[in-house]
Formats: sequence, structure tokens, C-alpha cells
Amino acid sequence: MSTIENGAKPVAGVEHGPPPRHHPLRLINRAPSRRLAVFLGALPFVALVVAYTAASHVRRLDNPSDRLLPSLESIGAAFFRLATERDVRTGDITLWVDTFDSLTRLGLGLGVALAFALVLGIAIGFLPHIRSALAPFIAAVSLIPPITILPILFIALGLGETSKIALITLGTAPVMIRSMAQAVIDIPREQMVKVQTLGASTWQIVTRVVLPQMMPKLIAALRLALVPGWIFLISAEAIASTSGLGYRIFLVRRYLAMDVILSYVIWITILAYLLDRLLLWWSRSAFWWSHLEGDSL
Amino acid sequence: MVTRLLTSLALASAATLPLAATPAFAQEKTEFSVCWSIYVGWMPWGYLEESGIMDKWADMYGISVDIVQINDYIESINQYTAGAFDGCSMTNMDALSIPSGSGVDTTALIVGDYSNGNDGVILKEGTSLEEIAGQTVNLVELSVSHYLLTRGLETVGLSEQDITVVNTSDADMVAAAATSDVTALVTWNPLLSEILAMDGTTLVFDSADIPGEIIDMMVVNTEVLEANPDFGKALVGAWYEVMSLMAAGDEDALSAMAAASGTDLAGYEAQLASTEMFFTPADAVAFTESGDLPATMEFVATFLFNHGILGEGAPSPEFIGVQFPDGSVYGDENYVKLRFDPTYMQMAADGAL
Repeated sequence: MSTIENGAKPVAGVEHGPPPRHHPLRLINRAPSRRLAVFLGALPFVALVVAYTAASHVRRLDNPSDRLLPSLESIGAAFFRLATERDVRTGDITLWVDTFDSLTRLGLGLGVALAFALVLGIAIGFLPHIRSALAPFIAAVSLIPPITILPILFIALGLGETSKIALITLGTAPVMIRSMAQAVIDIPREQMVKVQTLGASTWQIVTRVVLPQMMPKLIAALRLALVPGWIFLISAEAIASTSGLGYRIFLVRRYLAMDVILSYVIWITILAYLLDRLLLWWSRSAFWWSHLEGDSL
Repeated sequence: MVTRLLTSLALASAATLPLAATPAFAQEKTEFSVCWSIYVGWMPWGYLEESGIMDKWADMYGISVDIVQINDYIESINQYTAGAFDGCSMTNMDALSIPSGSGVDTTALIVGDYSNGNDGVILKEGTSLEEIAGQTVNLVELSVSHYLLTRGLETVGLSEQDITVVNTSDADMVAAAATSDVTALVTWNPLLSEILAMDGTTLVFDSADIPGEIIDMMVVNTEVLEANPDFGKALVGAWYEVMSLMAAGDEDALSAMAAASGTDLAGYEAQLASTEMFFTPADAVAFTESGDLPATMEFVATFLFNHGILGEGAPSPEFIGVQFPDGSVYGDENYVKLRFDPTYMQMAADGAL
């Protein structure tokens, strides 16, 4: 038995060899210090900003009125204007109205998807008859790109808010349902056997065993659904709308106002990031026991 | 560490380099590219490329001209504005708002046609434009449809305050028209005729009521044109060769254009009927030199300014200068970014190409 260096556990089959002369830490065991980690994290962002600024500068040397890559100052000015000044025609402050309307649509769309995922996911994962009836259907539906059936959505639900919310729900719910159902199936069989020997009814198993274990998984599924959720929100608003973040982006694209588009893109990125962090924080504080295994991104 | 920093920087700059590379303007060159998108008056561009007529004219001047179809109209204009193409098909309004508004000096090389009924306002309830008051109107916001509606509202003493505009993608306009909550809309052909074929729809105003205001053109970068007159000559020469084929009713040419626009010969001819094509260069020159054009461009500039499209720095509709054939300028004479120049069309009319 050789001496254990660096806290590494002896590995079966190699302990008889001569000890290596050097004991370098493997790359996977070396972690950056806190400061270095922050620095490394900031690096790609800084590189992007530097590269953008350079490209923008070169283009504006050629044509001072270039709209494709506006300067950082004009992006900032556009953001400030949209966030503080009232629109002459509508009297509203554009950014906040757009943000409020978009977040309402996203929230409703994902909320409905969440309800479907919870109810159908548990039913499919827990009740074999329902699984047989719905699992193949949901699997098939989840493969339909929702945007392709948009004209049907319009005729059925009108051009208003309902069809936009439905598009977000259709785009996110099937995958959420499937991951919920899988999570229910993944609950160890022993738990089910045990609670049944303790005399639990089906309803009690759902509410006391399945549901509590589902909650953190549901939040994880919601976090993943935010990505397609935003995509479908923007697409829905591009098609027929009078307000919203996607509406504004597609509207000003008609005169290549990249200063407005880029400030909206940055704003959407910030909003999406905050939503994601909020959900992670909720999951960690309310369901801390499900975060005991390893780190989460 | 430093190496890593440099590597990421180099990678990032490499990724954005194509963005920074604008074409070297004002230089002689031999390879050119122009873009176009599907529209009745621009279908000849596709035929020019596939029939080899463009190549024939380009060879005559010892250059090469690539004609590229872009599926999305606005994207084609944006690509031209960003410098990816030397010329592009667009309307007078979009030429003023996008390339000229972005500081790209642009010349209307070929004035191809004007919409004479190709754009229209449709009501489901009501038979006259006045009845649009209080309705929501579905249209592509800030497009020529929006302009047409504004001009129409003026004629009946209404303004945009009296209606609610809903920005609706042209790709979904026909589906939208079929829903019951859509009661009024503005669109262009072939969507217009498709929607008018539905029960209970009435055309209450169309571009034939404002003839000559929605102009379809081939615009080119002014600096490229000045440095390479042969580019202009080849484009104009090839264009009018196809125009004479169309005027003569050449079935091969017209059928090819009809097929490319997704319809048949009869359908394409119906669209041509509501398009005032300038089949001869002399007609195009006469239209460009007419006294109506400055008034039209003033309407357009005012519309763009009122909707905030001329840019944030625009203090008035006269922010951008528009030059007309007689040398007169509407707007800022020191910032002329859109030029109507019939020189090359005149050469075609004189048979000098």
C-alpha cells in the first residue's frame, strides 16, 4: 500500500506499482481561486465587447451614419431614451410597456405549460393506464414545430393574446410533461412498495411521496423551458402585435435601428438571466435537499 | 494567462471581422452583385439571371454581375445597406428610410414601375374608407402599406389616431384575414387579390388612388456606380432587353417569371395589370423627370419623419437630401443620400449602350 498523496484514494490494481516521482494535481482537481474565477468568467464578455467596439469603430470610420454596428454610447443612449422618455404617439414609456406585456405573455404561457406538466406528468408517470394512453401522443406532439401550425392557432384562437400564449405553451409543455413523467418513473420502486405496505392510498402517494419530490424537478424543467419560451414569445410577437419586446425588435428592423435592437437584446438577456437565477434560488431555498448532489450551473 | 487573453481576443475579432469589412467603395472592380426579392415588378431580375441575359451584357463590358434572390425583402435591403451588395431592388420609401437613412449614398439607377392598384386597403365590414374609423387595422407597420393607409386616411379627413394599427407579418396576412377578429387590413399583391377573393371583403382604397407614389426601383451604391459606370450600363442594358421581351408578350419570359413568383401566366398577368411597368427607358426617364416626383418624396419623407423612421438624429423631414434629375434637392443639400439619376436610362433610350 503506497502512501496516499493529495488525498487521492488508492485505486485497485495500481497500488503495487512504484510511486510516481512527481505528484502533480490532475487538471480536473485544480480549481481557480475566487478572484481568478471571476476574472476568467469576465474574460469572454470583455473579449466580445472589445471585438464589437473595434468592428463598430471600423465601420463608422467608413460611414459615420452606419446603423449596423452602432457605438456602445448610442446603444446606451437608445436604451436610456426607451426606458425614460414617453413615446410621442402613444404617451407610454416604450421599454416598460413592452417588458410588462412580454413578461405577462411569457408568464401565462409558461404557467399553463407548468400546470399541464404537473398534472399530466404525474398522471403519465404514475398511472400505467394513462401512460399507455398519453405517452406516445405527447411524444409525437412534442416533435411538431409549433410555428408550423400557426395559421390553425390563429383561426381557432384569434389573433389576440390567446394565440400568443398558446404558442408558448405548445412550444414548452410537451417536453416539460415528458421530463416530469420521467422524473416520476425514476422515483425508486422501494419507496412505492414501502408506502403501500404502510397503507397509503393512491392519492396519498401522489400528495405525500410524488409531489414533494417533483417540485424541484418541475423548477428545473421550467428553467430549461425558459429558453424555448423566450423564442416562442418573440416569434409570436413578431407575427401580429401592438406591443412587446419581440414586436419592437421586428418593427425597428424595418429601418435597421440596430441601436434599439441591441439594447433590447441586452435587456432580454438580463431579464432571462434574472428569471433563471430567481428560479434556481427558489429551488435551493425551498428544496435544499435536492441540491445536495454536486454543483448546479 | 496573457496567452489565453490574446487567444480569446483573436478568436472574437476573427468572428466579427466579416462585419467590419465593408466593400472598398469608390474603387474600380470587375465583380458586382445585386440582390432582389419576390415582387411582381422585380421578377425580371430572376429571369435576367437564369436566362443568361445579364451575363451577356456583363461580358460585353468585361465585368461580372451576380443577381441574388433574398427571400426576405427587408433583409435584402439591410444586406445592401450593410455593404454586402452593390445594388438592390426596393421601393422609393424604403430606399430613403434604410440605406439613405443609414448614410449610404444611394442612386435610383432603374425606375422600374409604380404600384397602380397592387397595394390596397380592405374592409370586411363597410364599403367605404370612412368606415375604417375606430377599427383595428392589420398591416406590416412602417411599410408601404402603412404609407398607403396614411395617405388614404388624409383623403377622408381621418388620421392614425382614429384607428389602431396591429403590426402583422406579411407571411401570415392571409391566415390573419380569415379570422373573425380581423376586420380591416392593408396589404399588397399577391396577398391582396387572395384576400379579396374571400367572401365579404371590399377594397376601399388602393395605390391607383395615389398613382406614382409607391415606386419600385433598382438602387445602387452611388460611389460604386461613379467608379464603375460599366456596372450601371450593363444592368440597365440587360434590364431593358427583358423589358422589351415582356412588352412584346414573350411567353417564355413571362411564364418563367410567373413560375418563379409561385403563380401561373394568367395570375402573373393579373398582377402586372395593377403594376404600371415602364417597359421603355423613355417612359421611365419621363416619369423620373416629371415634376410630381419631388412632391411624392416630400410626402414620403414626412411620413417617415412622423413615424420616427428617419433616425434619432433627424430634426425634420428635410434631414436627408434627395436629389432629382434637374439637380434640385429636397432636404439637406449638404447631406444628399438619395439620387434620382436617369443618365443610364437615358443612354438606353438613346440606344447608346
